[in-house]
Amino acid sequence: MTEETQITDGKKRYSAGVLRYKQMGYWDPHYQPKETDLIAMFRMTPQEGVDSEECAAAVAGESSTATWTVVWTDRLTACDLYRAKAYRVDPVPNTGPGTKTEQQYFAYIAYDIDLFEGGSIANLTASIIGNVFGFKAVKALRLEDMRIPVAYLKTFQGPATGVVVERERLDKFGRPLLGATTKPKLGLSGRNYGRVVYEGLKGGLDFMKDDENINSQPFMHWRDRFLYCMEAVNKASAATGEVKGHYLNVTAGTMEEMYARAEFAKSLGSVIIMIDLVIGYTAIQSMALWARKNDMILHLHRAGNSTYSRQKNHGMNFRVICKWMRMAGVDHIHAGTVVGKLEGDPMMIRGFYDTLLDTHTPMQLEKGLFFEQDWASLNKVMPVASGGIHAGQMHQLLTYLGDDVVLQFGGGTIGHPMGIQAGATANRVALEAMVLARNEGRDIWNEGPQILQDAAKWCSPLKAAIDTWGDISFNYESTDTADFAVTPTASI
Amino acid sequence: MMTNHGNRLTQGQFSFLPELTDKQITAQIEYALSKNWALGVEYTDDPHPRNTYWEMYGNPMFDLKDASGILKEVNACRKTFPNHYIRVTAFDATQGVESVQMSYIVNRPKTEPGFGLTRQEIGGRQIQYTVHSYATDKPEGERY
Repeated sequence: MTEETQITDGKKRYSAGVLRYKQMGYWDPHYQPKETDLIAMFRMTPQEGVDSEECAAAVAGESSTATWTVVWTDRLTACDLYRAKAYRVDPVPNTGPGTKTEQQYFAYIAYDIDLFEGGSIANLTASIIGNVFGFKAVKALRLEDMRIPVAYLKTFQGPATGVVVERERLDKFGRPLLGATTKPKLGLSGRNYGRVVYEGLKGGLDFMKDDENINSQPFMHWRDRFLYCMEAVNKASAATGEVKGHYLNVTAGTMEEMYARAEFAKSLGSVIIMIDLVIGYTAIQSMALWARKNDMILHLHRAGNSTYSRQKNHGMNFRVICKWMRMAGVDHIHAGTVVGKLEGDPMMIRGFYDTLLDTHTPMQLEKGLFFEQDWASLNKVMPVASGGIHAGQMHQLLTYLGDDVVLQFGGGTIGHPMGIQAGATANRVALEAMVLARNEGRDIWNEGPQILQDAAKWCSPLKAAIDTWGDISFNYESTDTADFAVTPTASI
Repeated sequence: MMTNHGNRLTQGQFSFLPELTDKQITAQIEYALSKNWALGVEYTDDPHPRNTYWEMYGNPMFDLKDASGILKEVNACRKTFPNHYIRVTAFDATQGVESVQMSYIVNRPKTEPGFGLTRQEIGGRQIQYTVHSYATDKPEGERY
């Protein structure tokens, strides 16, 4: 490795031409990050022949002030401050010669807080994931984690409602919330759709949900859906004496239309609305402001995230999305089930949940958390577990995911052999029986199946659910796994 | 009569399970104590889903760490209000929560008439909904 360092002589440094990024000052192994610095950690796969430090310096340069050639106008600025500094490069364990994966590096880069506009995820991301991911010097690049300084966090509203106030508004404590996505996700008329919502809620669920791609289609226009769903919600609330909700998806082609749909949901008395990640960071922040102003819980479906979060060598880790979404201000986000049909390693998912729920997260490499993070009193985001889960897994879900989560059983409710209400009841009975047993100090991980069987003796819907799905599991290897596993993290 | 599963109000953590025995209630109290949460007993004859403030049967028991002592309070409340809804709550004062962590019903009226849904038709197809508890048609204390 060449011992290249920053050229400090002004005349040499700024004479026209091309320099290496290290020479330009984007690599400083002695740099001590300031408390107010934002730190990003990238997984880099350098192109053949590109030195890892130069590669890190290039990433720092291209995500801050640099362009491909020297410009004298740098000298009109406090350029030493604005230059991002790559200060640490570590080889990634189990990569490189002798392994199945080509050599990767973890690069730590510090950015001064003044590089970013307060309260703007759009501005933050335009720098950090703007141009640099298409940069030729890197073969692949993945944003793994970020340490966001308290001073910058304080410029964001954070979750409109937060877990604590959500629970108070719903009057639901001490157990995970239960939900289900209306199925089939496309094709039902408003009247038929509301039927599914009513049955699920009356049977014992707390929430029903629109799916990510239910907006306003020929088979069901949005106003019709909203009207029938709120009839169902209120009727179920009267039938049970509980607060109930349906995530009304207000995702639309323009902000104006989303605001109109959100206002209509509010006028109908809905406690919650929903948006999709694909509407973009700025739109999400705007809806979060609206939700705070209008006493509305804001559910986010992470539609689209796997296009860039799933592959381990390129894109960005979902934990970074979790951080940005907590700053942007959503109240719910889908964050994995561990046991269901969608991607997820147990320790990695625990890392996402901690990121959403902790007031202070310590560095924990085995969970993929590379930095200690103080959350500066931003509200907590409720994680949502959805996709291929059923009542027979309740002991595993409660063990892995804890109490602060919405467990969404779509097929596991609507596909129940005795009907939707019975499906919902099976889930609720399984949940309450498991929470009771855990609180009593029982070992639910091992005794869970027996606890469910015991409850099934007096609850025929639960018996039918276990008979139908008891043996269903999704055992696939995860692609997004820890680089520093301290315990085996095989997908269960 | 309510027509949902169990024909009963389903607020709280354990309303879908059979009535909790004193032993089961004690186990839940012990769980709350192990987390340093303060137990409270609350009662009401107005179970509307948005009736947040049930009457407190005394302040939350911040200093009582003995589960059997807390169960005594629960049973004293049941004896005084045998036909009211009674819930045990656990309050967590740590930063970032400062709210209720547990809430479960331990007593309910013999008959639960439930709620009616009043629909007021307003403009267009919109309806203004009101959930109305049948029991609250009668004055406080004479409802169940």
